[in-house]
Amino acid sequence: MNVITHPDNHEPVAFTLALLDWLPWLEPPAEAALTERQRASLVDAARSKSAYFRLLARDPGILEARTRTDKDIFYNTSSGLPRAERELAAAATSRHNGCIYCASVHARHAITYSKRGDDVKHLLDAGVGADLGERWNAIVAASVALAATPIGFGTEHVTRLRAAGLDDGDIVDVINGAAFFNWANRLMLSLGEPARAAG
Amino acid sequence: MTGADLIDRLAGLAPGSPLALIRDRKPVTRQHAQASYRALFEPDEPGDVTLQERFAVATFVAGLHVQDEIAAFYAAGLARTEPPDAFVTALSAEIDGGRTIGPYGAYPKGPLSVEDVPGPVWHVTHHAALGARLTAALQHVHLLVFHPRDASPAALQTLLDAGWSNTDIVTLSQLVAFLAFQIRAVAGLRTLAGRVP
Repeated sequence: MNVITHPDNHEPVAFTLALLDWLPWLEPPAEAALTERQRASLVDAARSKSAYFRLLARDPGILEARTRTDKDIFYNTSSGLPRAERELAAAATSRHNGCIYCASVHARHAITYSKRGDDVKHLLDAGVGADLGERWNAIVAASVALAATPIGFGTEHVTRLRAAGLDDGDIVDVINGAAFFNWANRLMLSLGEPARAAG
Repeated sequence: MTGADLIDRLAGLAPGSPLALIRDRKPVTRQHAQASYRALFEPDEPGDVTLQERFAVATFVAGLHVQDEIAAFYAAGLARTEPPDAFVTALSAEIDGGRTIGPYGAYPKGPLSVEDVPGPVWHVTHHAALGARLTAALQHVHLLVFHPRDASPAALQTLLDAGWSNTDIVTLSQLVAFLAFQIRAVAGLRTLAGRVP
């Protein structure tokens, strides 16, 4: 068996808010060839259009559990941190780990929910040391510390988040949002490459 | 109350403790984080990635994160698969030899190149005890743990050449990526609970 290469693709070389495509390095199942179990694992039927999700559907058990974990961590705002700041944690983690594709998606979401386009763009351009105001700086710093291996997240990060106005429910959401992107970034970075969207 | 799951157990959160109650507010997250663990370590259909490979990878990943309690949990799972002593000794030596600090790695050449961080490309030394297939896997796992932005088609070709199928590679990648999440969720909760990690 052989990998798929994309010699004509010009990968984006900077972090961007632009909509990107993603090209797989391993063959995803064709849309028409997906089994019922694989279709169910996508959770959203529209994801059968995505090469990324079809590739992950090769192992449907973990894809389905991963997708449902992802959606609840980010979309369930019945309590805890505002959606915008969960997206900030995802974007900061992606910026620090170096996932240009993931950072573009979640930076756009962070802007949608926060209306702070200049700050989010500054995070992408300047990196995780950008000054975004203390509350956001504390969330970015916690996300960066959590992304380190070995993990650098310590009591000083908790203290700073509390001082910035986050309660323990909010902090659990920072931890889950940032931790989850250490999952997402590794899949996106290692199974394919970003491409400028066609058109 | 939803009841303790593996993340609570590894983080040392007793049922009804303040952080367990916060986690109870998001039962879907709790349920599917646990389902993710089960999908990888108690799969309905293990396919061609054996339980021994899964637990060996997990022991390695937790060990590289210097998370002794989590590593002990996965090492116990590995022990249940009855690996030879030489295998366990070799894996332990690879954990000690593989430890470094991440994330590092290079960006595509361009304006981000100033942010490139150098770091080791790591090679397994105990090939004989671990076998060619797991040797290739552990080298890829080290890449995913510490420098995922250095990933490449060539890295996946090495896995294919060592007998990992396309589907096996998806499972292996999910294993490492899930563990990167689970270990951080546990470590974060433990710190928030006031435990020294």
